[in-house]
Amino acid sequence: MAENKGIWVLGEVNNKGPLALTLELLTKAYELKETLKEELSCVLIGKDIGNASEKLFEYGADRVICVEDDSLEPFCEMQQGKILAFLCKQRMPSIIIAGATDRSKAVMAMCATSVGAGLTANCMDISIDSDTGRLLQTRPAYGGNLMATIVSEKMPQMATIRQGVFEAAPCLSKYSSNNEGEIEKIAVPQDLLQNPFHLEACDEIKKDESSPDYENAAIVLVAGRGIGDETSIKGLKRLSGLIGGVVGATRPVCDMGLLPHSAQIGQTGHIISPNVYMGFGVSGAAPHTIGIQGAKVMIGINTDKDAPIFDFVNYGFIADAKEVISSLIKRLEAKK
Amino acid sequence: MRIVCCIKQVPATDSVRFDPEKGTLIREGIRAEINPYDLFALEMAVSLKEASSSGSSEVIALSMGPPQAEEAIKEAVSRGADRGYLLCDKRFAGSDTLATSYILSQAIAHIGGADLVVCGRQTTDGDTAQVGPGIAMRLNAPCATGVLDASVSDDGIIAMKRVVDDKIYRIKCALPMVITVEIGANTPRMPSLKGKMRAKKMDIPVLDADTIGADEGRIGLQGSPTRLSSTYVPEFRGRHEVIECPSDEAADRILSLLKDFGAI
Amino acid sequence: MGKVNYFLTEEQKMIKELAQQITREKIIPIRAELDEKEEFPWSVMEALSQADLFALFVPEEYGGIGGGCMDICIALEELAYGCIAITTTYAATALGSYPILLYGTEEQKKHYLPHIATGEKLAAFGLTEVTAGSDAAAIKTTAVEDGDSWVINGSKQWITTGGEADVYTIIAMTDRHKGPRGASAFIVEKGDEGFSFGKKEKKMGLRASTTRELFFTNCRIPRDRLLGRRGLGFIIAMRTLDLARPGIGAMGVGLSQAALDEAVRHARQRYQFGQAIISFQAIQHMLADMATQIEASRALVYAIARTIDTGEKDIQKLSAMAKLFPTDTAMKVTVDAVQILGGYGYMKDYPVEKMMRDAKVLQIYEGTNQILRNIIGQYLNKEYS
Ligand SMILES: Cc1cc2nc3c(=O)[nH]c(=O)nc-3n(C[C@H](O)[C@H](O)[C@H](O)COP(=O)(O)OP(=O)(O)OC[C@H]3O[C@@H](n4cnc5c(N)ncnc54)[C@H](O)[C@@H]3O)c2cc1C
Ligand SMILES: Cc1cc2nc3c(=O)[nH]c(=O)nc-3n(C[C@H](O)[C@H](O)[C@H](O)COP(=O)(O)OP(=O)(O)OC[C@H]3O[C@@H](n4cnc5c(N)ncnc54)[C@H](O)[C@@H]3O)c2cc1C
Ligand SMILES: Cc1cc2nc3c(=O)[nH]c(=O)nc-3n(C[C@H](O)[C@H](O)[C@H](O)COP(=O)(O)OP(=O)(O)OC[C@H]3O[C@@H](n4cnc5c(N)ncnc54)[C@H](O)[C@@H]3O)c2cc1C
Repeated sequence: MAENKGIWVLGEVNNKGPLALTLELLTKAYELKETLKEELSCVLIGKDIGNASEKLFEYGADRVICVEDDSLEPFCEMQQGKILAFLCKQRMPSIIIAGATDRSKAVMAMCATSVGAGLTANCMDISIDSDTGRLLQTRPAYGGNLMATIVSEKMPQMATIRQGVFEAAPCLSKYSSNNEGEIEKIAVPQDLLQNPFHLEACDEIKKDESSPDYENAAIVLVAGRGIGDETSIKGLKRLSGLIGGVVGATRPVCDMGLLPHSAQIGQTGHIISPNVYMGFGVSGAAPHTIGIQGAKVMIGINTDKDAPIFDFVNYGFIADAKEVISSLIKRLEAKK
Repeated sequence: MRIVCCIKQVPATDSVRFDPEKGTLIREGIRAEINPYDLFALEMAVSLKEASSSGSSEVIALSMGPPQAEEAIKEAVSRGADRGYLLCDKRFAGSDTLATSYILSQAIAHIGGADLVVCGRQTTDGDTAQVGPGIAMRLNAPCATGVLDASVSDDGIIAMKRVVDDKIYRIKCALPMVITVEIGANTPRMPSLKGKMRAKKMDIPVLDADTIGADEGRIGLQGSPTRLSSTYVPEFRGRHEVIECPSDEAADRILSLLKDFGAI
Repeated sequence: MGKVNYFLTEEQKMIKELAQQITREKIIPIRAELDEKEEFPWSVMEALSQADLFALFVPEEYGGIGGGCMDICIALEELAYGCIAITTTYAATALGSYPILLYGTEEQKKHYLPHIATGEKLAAFGLTEVTAGSDAAAIKTTAVEDGDSWVINGSKQWITTGGEADVYTIIAMTDRHKGPRGASAFIVEKGDEGFSFGKKEKKMGLRASTTRELFFTNCRIPRDRLLGRRGLGFIIAMRTLDLARPGIGAMGVGLSQAALDEAVRHARQRYQFGQAIISFQAIQHMLADMATQIEASRALVYAIARTIDTGEKDIQKLSAMAKLFPTDTAMKVTVDAVQILGGYGYMKDYPVEKMMRDAKVLQIYEGTNQILRNIIGQYLNKEYS
């Protein structure tokens, strides 16, 4: 397997350019590249993927490999998976990482099966083993109570990665010295340009009018079941407005219909890394806390001194969260 | 129409407890159940069969797992599947998704193929969502993940509504194909008493590696390129302070913290 | 742990498991909300029909499973563990079907039972009237033969599932001068000419169950809707109630068990004076009495249900006992459960106050517990004569 070389990021773009997640992965992959000294490519497969390359170079890609064709809409995982497998057999990369999105997870699974590679899902970290040079892929297990590090015995080493676990940062040094990344448009065999799906209609899922950008928010206030009533949630929203934060929730609060499921923070919701996390009436169950580890400062308010959240946060307050919310609102409004 | 529905038996999430000191699962008290997300798949499979105009349509439940996974198949029968097979062999143990999809696709071929393979979106334990697409690749059939709704016409065309990230697609495709059913796509029916009685009496055939003609190098640990290298219990560092105080005082302290961090 | 072995058959274990699953997944999560909003439990009716529980009391030849009294009691007990109102809705369909099962012609059975077995159609039983509660013989509703039809006039009061059900078995006077022998039973369908419903009653408990008046204004139904023979009305009603009463007893058992479980759980968690309140003997004694009475109720219901399943014909006294003791127990146990939870028990955030409100009806409908004592007493008088 020594002949496998090259780090690939399976990128995703929309009409506004590459997804934030793709840039996060490139930033991380650039770190791997520094260790492995292998070329870093971003692979784009789709229709209208045109002019995303600039940004991709800016975030560290040496090369952008494009397969662009009108047949690539509607999305068909078999077709795209076969194309990725085709590229992979041709180029033999050592690593392929992709975002843990619906699209990329399906394409990666198709490709891994086709090339007979291992694929680790939903990683929260990746790094290179300094002894073996292998890709260490770390993912949560058992609701995040345990982190498991997985290695793949076959090339390429493939993993999908959750949004929000790495920070995207443009790779300035490289960009200034050499922005002459290479764009390669690959022509794939005609049979790979057959899409078995016939499109009837495609609709964007309308984001909840208030669905905030959790991944990039500076302050996230999370409603737990301890404040699981309409009045308290209203209060929390008001507080959030006063300090410029966004309101998220634990799963039970979403299940109760107090906030939409798109507001869920945690293993099966958003993974966040704000400057400040505040949990109001949140017990601190592992599936939730796994999603907030990236926060710089964590504050928890709970009436139960034994609540696990207190083992976890930087600042814990044993107090009634509903009262704390009203009290904070009173103080902030008085200042205005 | 022949529909194969793949179901996995998983530990019931509310029965899984964890020893944080030792970093291990507490084995006692773990109950097994059908992966709850597979119930949506089964419901879709059974409703497609019921809606099918051909009288000979059937739903076959397929599960790879230990001997007690027979229970999962019996439950599938009580919820409307016609029959099922258990894939059980010591040599299957340790299979990752690559090996699992190989075993399941071999079994599907062995039992005579399928017009439609219906899988759950993902499981609550392995949680990879990789097995459905994997089976499709091996059967060289198209795959649609995240299917919300489907209907099959007499000429073998399946019309589907599916969700892919932030888009909903309505597409058509010729069978055979593999679909994975989105979580919450429907309301899974209750097991029925008649079904339970039927399942109770039913013999669930067990298929092993030899029966399905599986290549030993491609199953179990040998056939699984992913390896668990280490585990750890997540730990948190940094300043740590817990204060019990009246809520007004807590509010004051929080405000000053927010100021210190430049958040307000 | 110290469980009585009631030697349930494999099928009975399946019924129990299935009913428990419905209670856990479909009933408990919504019972408080349905109670609060007085909403009819359609979603649970759908689950019960998927589970074939409506088929349980219908013979196999009409698409059912042909379960016996014991089988039905097991289902009712487990469902009642979750909610009496929802279980009553289910039980009322059985009650409304029994007259057809017991006295229907082959045609009537073929026409109605298969739809009831699938849960497509719910049934109701209409006996009570404004002037006729315990004294059923005082009913005033009449049915008169007119050519090929019967014409019904009058009204029924407090009919469970009235308005929601499709099939109604009702008792009306056909020959007033014959006294109790002058009543007959009929099948009336929702949508029949001259058949309408009153408003939904507001109730203390049992709030997810609908209770309505039925109005018959020159309600014209075909001749072949007569059940059994003319004049059998009260006999049909009595045999129907005899068959159903052990089921109400079983509901009492399920409800009591739920109340006991809540009470023990709370008593173990609630600390006062530095200790869990279950460590106070006064609390322990209440719990001990509750547990013992519940087990006695269960044993009684099962024993009598099994006797009925042997084909025993003379069941009136037995089935009265099978309802009487468990429902009195349910009332007492739920009151005590509220007491053990104290202020929490009185709050709607906890389920026991609803259990207490619901328990009361078990002592009233399908023969008040006083009337049941009358029946038992009259039997004893006869038996010893
Ligand atoms: C496979 C799986 C995936 C999951 N994914 C997620 C996920 O992505 N995100 C997620 O959040 N959960 C997830 N969960 C659920 C998770 O296990 C927990 O159930 C959940 O996080 C608990 O939410 P909570 O803290 O709001 O509620 P609870 O655990 O009920 O805690 C409520 C807390 O509020 C406190 N409290 C009560 N009243 C007050 C008051 N007045 N003031 C202050 N405190 C008060 C109580 O002491 C208690 O600690 C998942 C579970 C599973 C099995
Ligand atoms: C904590 C944990 C983490 C893991 N991580 C990985 C990983 O990153 N990569 C990897 O390759 N393997 C992983 N595995 C192994 C993986 O769980 C097994 O390969 C398993 O057989 C199938 O994967 P899954 O549970 O993720 O299924 P998914 O791919 O999430 O399941 C999708 C659907 O496939 C069908 N299906 C899945 N398994 C079966 C079965 N046994 N029988 C019938 N139908 C089935 C069901 O319809 C199911 O809903 C992990 C296992 C655990 C316990
Ligand atoms: C929620 C609900 C649902 C119902 N559903 C139905 C239904 O679906 N179909 C139907 O036909 N009916 C139904 N009923 C009516 C029910 O069967 C009657 O309420 C019951 O038979 C008692 O009649 P009553 O209420 O008129 O009380 P009454 O007969 O007026 O009795 C009042 C009190 O006097 C006592 N009493 C009366 N006579 C005697 C006596 N001889 N000896 C000692 N004590 C006596 C009673 O025990 C009671 O305590 C329902 C009632 C309720 C509350």
